[in-house]
Amino acid sequence: MSEVGIESGQVEILAPKEVIYCGVCSFPPEYCEFGGSFKKCKEWLQKNNLELFEKLYSDEALAHATSSLSIEKEEKISADLQKKQKKEEAKQEREMAKVLSSKVLIKRIERTKRKHVIAVSGLEVFNVDMKKLAKTFASKFATGASVTKNAEKKEEIIIQGDVGDAVEKYLTGLLQEKGLTDIKVEQIDEKMKKKKAEPVKPE
Amino acid sequence: MFKKFTKEDIHSRSNIKSSVQRGLKSNLIQEYPGLEAVVDVIIPKKSQLVLHKCEDKIALYSIDDNVVIYQQQDEVLPFLKIVHKYPSCFQTVQVDRGAIKFVLSGANIMCPGLTSKGAKLPQENLPKGTIVIINAEGKENALAIGKLVMSTDEIKSINKGIGIELIHYLGDGLWNLSLD
Repeated sequence: MSEVGIESGQVEILAPKEVIYCGVCSFPPEYCEFGGSFKKCKEWLQKNNLELFEKLYSDEALAHATSSLSIEKEEKISADLQKKQKKEEAKQEREMAKVLSSKVLIKRIERTKRKHVIAVSGLEVFNVDMKKLAKTFASKFATGASVTKNAEKKEEIIIQGDVGDAVEKYLTGLLQEKGLTDIKVEQIDEKMKKKKAEPVKPE
Repeated sequence: MFKKFTKEDIHSRSNIKSSVQRGLKSNLIQEYPGLEAVVDVIIPKKSQLVLHKCEDKIALYSIDDNVVIYQQQDEVLPFLKIVHKYPSCFQTVQVDRGAIKFVLSGANIMCPGLTSKGAKLPQENLPKGTIVIINAEGKENALAIGKLVMSTDEIKSINKGIGIELIHYLGDGLWNLSLD
């Protein structure tokens, strides 16, 4: 959501007013101060729209910002906001750490003698629609692919056919594209448990 | 209404008939007479609206994966980005600065937040049930949309309790929803 335009006054009724939305928190920048990521929003605005940045955050503007509230109240609000922002930052850090420590698991499961399916789990980090991703897999590898829930109630994608290496290559490429090189892609083999061979009765 | 709204709440999506689309547009004009001039820009005649049926009988209407309007029961309501584009087409109230953070976390708006020094109510009386755009002190753009639970005259005279029931606000589930 980064619709960048120039703020124009409403000349005609028909002309839509261009509103800029913050690239970080998606609010109109004037509301960034109430979001959890104020610092980042500020940096973003400075980089992307200096004009508006000056308007909102220059000393002059801050001095000019009059509020009908008493000073104590105003202080309380800003204190609360700072607290909230700190909380939000900590939360984001935690989430980031979690994302970085996660890994994508590619499981090769044997079906019948020489046939395999590939189960890919831990795809949440991509933050994409699983169904869509399954569809891309299906068309990319020309096989069937579907989304199922595994034992831990997490979604995984089952791809028919022995395409583990291709999936690994594709996923590492995708991760690199997103700049998430820290995430590992791991391939493991899972063999069907062999049925215990029945003791051969001596005749 | 959209405080906890996620993709999972959408049950089905389908294209709507052009006749239904026309009906919807006239409905929209009826509720917001100010929109008459721009309704064809918001929903072009040739466009195809997509209906997303959701939990609690909420219906979203989108064009090209952008939500335009939504509906619960019979009320048609505009998406906040549409409101930002055409702010003058709607009835507007203003809350004071102290209320912003509560509104942004989804609280209903209490009367004192509408009657204090930093707040503004329209001169003329708006009846109960009117859909209003909520603006904030010192801000240019709207931050929420709500429904009056008492008339503005009552808000001024009683000045206690909930004045506006919040429907849709910046940062709620609908705002953060991506349809693709």
